Amino acid sequence: MSVVFEKPKSLTDAVLHYCPGCTHGIIHRLVAEVIDELGIEGETIGVAPVGCAVMAYNYFTCDFVQAAHGRAPAVATGVKRSDPSKIVFTYQGDGDLAAIGTAETVHSAARRENITVIFVNNAIYGMTGGQMAPTTLPGQVTQTSPYGRDVETVGYPVKVCELLSNVDGAAYVERVAVNNVKNIKNAKKAIKKAFQNQIEGKGFSLVEVVSTCPTNWGMTPEKALEWVDEKMLPYYPLGVYKDIYAEEEAK
Amino acid sequence: MAKVTFKTDLCKGCSLCVGACPKGIVKLSETKLNAKGHHPAEVTEPEKCIGCAFCATMCPDCVITVER
Repeated sequence: MSVVFEKPKSLTDAVLHYCPGCTHGIIHRLVAEVIDELGIEGETIGVAPVGCAVMAYNYFTCDFVQAAHGRAPAVATGVKRSDPSKIVFTYQGDGDLAAIGTAETVHSAARRENITVIFVNNAIYGMTGGQMAPTTLPGQVTQTSPYGRDVETVGYPVKVCELLSNVDGAAYVERVAVNNVKNIKNAKKAIKKAFQNQIEGKGFSLVEVVSTCPTNWGMTPEKALEWVDEKMLPYYPLGVYKDIYAEEEAK
Repeated sequence: MAKVTFKTDLCKGCSLCVGACPKGIVKLSETKLNAKGHHPAEVTEPEKCIGCAFCATMCPDCVITVER
């Protein structure tokens, strides 16, 4: 018998601090598997966000920097420009990337920085206890929207992939999910492509991963996966939103 | 012939692997507790396992190793 599935070597033995059923663990593993498969562990530098994934540096065996809230793409820009031979990725949540860090995200895409951004969207601020995020769905109940998000007063969710698909500098933008085995396999392909783009010098790649927050959504982990299918994916459709090289090849 | 092993003490009892198993043989233990105080996942009928690794793919905590 041979081993067909085991923990990737780019993950440390540290026990993840995430809540039971939190899909951050799956996304960490996918990133680590891609780093393993591409053989770039010694060349990779990650940038951790502020949010639930703030301690990502404990879990990956590659080097890590932890950036101020929302500033991960700016820090990654500095790291990548100071040593372009390194593979630089950021790992950010929606409160980090789509709220306080929107400017850094949009402008690093506009500059076509040769970095990889992993964006974990679970429609809520997880670490601080479940407040409304820019990505919270209309009508969704959170700690700070107890009657559901009212779009008349607080506006509409930010759709990051749709937004960045209109930025000329962005090279590759895709939205994936991790709520079932099929989607996880597709998510891994997208993450691998985002890293390969950087190795080939193709420029800014962002993968948005639709994720869950069972604790703050107030659901069991299994129910949270169903909620992703029922509520999240109709609002945040999966797919490739931009791939300039595929577009060029098609021409 | 396939074999799945669980690093029981890492399990948080989230049961995502339970829903993923196409054979329905992964269950949360009703009798055991692990060091964290969760009911860990286990395989009830190992001989039925097909080694698809769906449980391990869904597991957020890398608890499961699959051999085939």
